[in-house]
Amino acid sequence: MKNWFMLTLVGKDRPGIVAKVSAALYRGGANLGEASMTRLGGNFAVMLMTQYEGPPEALEKIVAPVAGGLALRLHIDPIEGELHRHVEPNVRVSVYGADRAGIVAEVTGALAEAGLNILDLESDVGGSSLRPIYIMHIEGHAEGGADAVKRILEALAKEKNIEVQIAPIDTLLG
Amino acid sequence: MAVLDILIYPDPRLKQTSSSVSNFDAPLRDFIADLEETMLAHPGCVGLAAPQAGRFERIVVLDVSGKPQVPNNGRLTLINPEIVHADGSAVGREGCLSVPDYTGNVARAEKIALKAFDSHGRERLYRMEGFEARAALHELDHLDGLLFLDRLVSRRNALFRRKNQGRSSAAKTGPS
Repeated sequence: MKNWFMLTLVGKDRPGIVAKVSAALYRGGANLGEASMTRLGGNFAVMLMTQYEGPPEALEKIVAPVAGGLALRLHIDPIEGELHRHVEPNVRVSVYGADRAGIVAEVTGALAEAGLNILDLESDVGGSSLRPIYIMHIEGHAEGGADAVKRILEALAKEKNIEVQIAPIDTLLG
Repeated sequence: MAVLDILIYPDPRLKQTSSSVSNFDAPLRDFIADLEETMLAHPGCVGLAAPQAGRFERIVVLDVSGKPQVPNNGRLTLINPEIVHADGSAVGREGCLSVPDYTGNVARAEKIALKAFDSHGRERLYRMEGFEARAALHELDHLDGLLFLDRLVSRRNALFRRKNQGRSSAAKTGPS
């Protein structure tokens, strides 16, 4: 029985992290599933579905040497997940504004109130270091679609002085 | 009438170029009826290209009229279609019967003019915009062995793409 695990690896970014980690997993007999990996503030963060026949301790033995060599912190969780469990997003939310503490909490609080389940969120801080700006993209699913989300979020945007755009994702099936 | 089997990627036949139709006869119209029935048999499906059903000829059926508030030309049969004009660019989400359980963002022209023959060999000109244009360009791609997977763009490109932006760059989409 092959089980799914979620591997997370975090450490200072350098070239070759993905190549070395995935090669070790491949050699060790593991199979990779869905993944999200990105550079955040000079660190590289890996979230990786991994299928492996054996206990988490054995999987750790495969990854730990290469993770150690790259100075990455490693975490392994058995998960109940499987492939082919995608939920299609039907709302896209884009947000930007002068950076300050609280933007994410305010926006996602409003989204939760509107019944939106976040499926994907990525955010970045850009602008100059003296006047940073916060940029965030969210894709999610809301039972009531984009309109309900729009009403709640546009009121918030006005009050908090941030720019928001809410658009329905009308997926074409062809 | 029959519901046809859909080829699923990684079937290599989906990557081949289809040939033009030359005989506008009864067997062609029978196939088109089957292709339409196949499209209707899949809920939410707004278009289908002949190669998706294993027939490698330049035939597309299209119908976005079931979508609320979407400008459309009704149910269409497009044979040997050619894009004669394309304008604007917008990112939208696409999926495909030939690529189950995956959707992605694709940039397509916002307005197109398209020349095609109907099932009796009469040449027609259609103007399409928005969702219908996207659907037509998606299906036309199939005739050249292209899937939406060949045209994916990052989510990061989707920031504040308003309808009136990007008009200056008449994006070339679709086959030439």
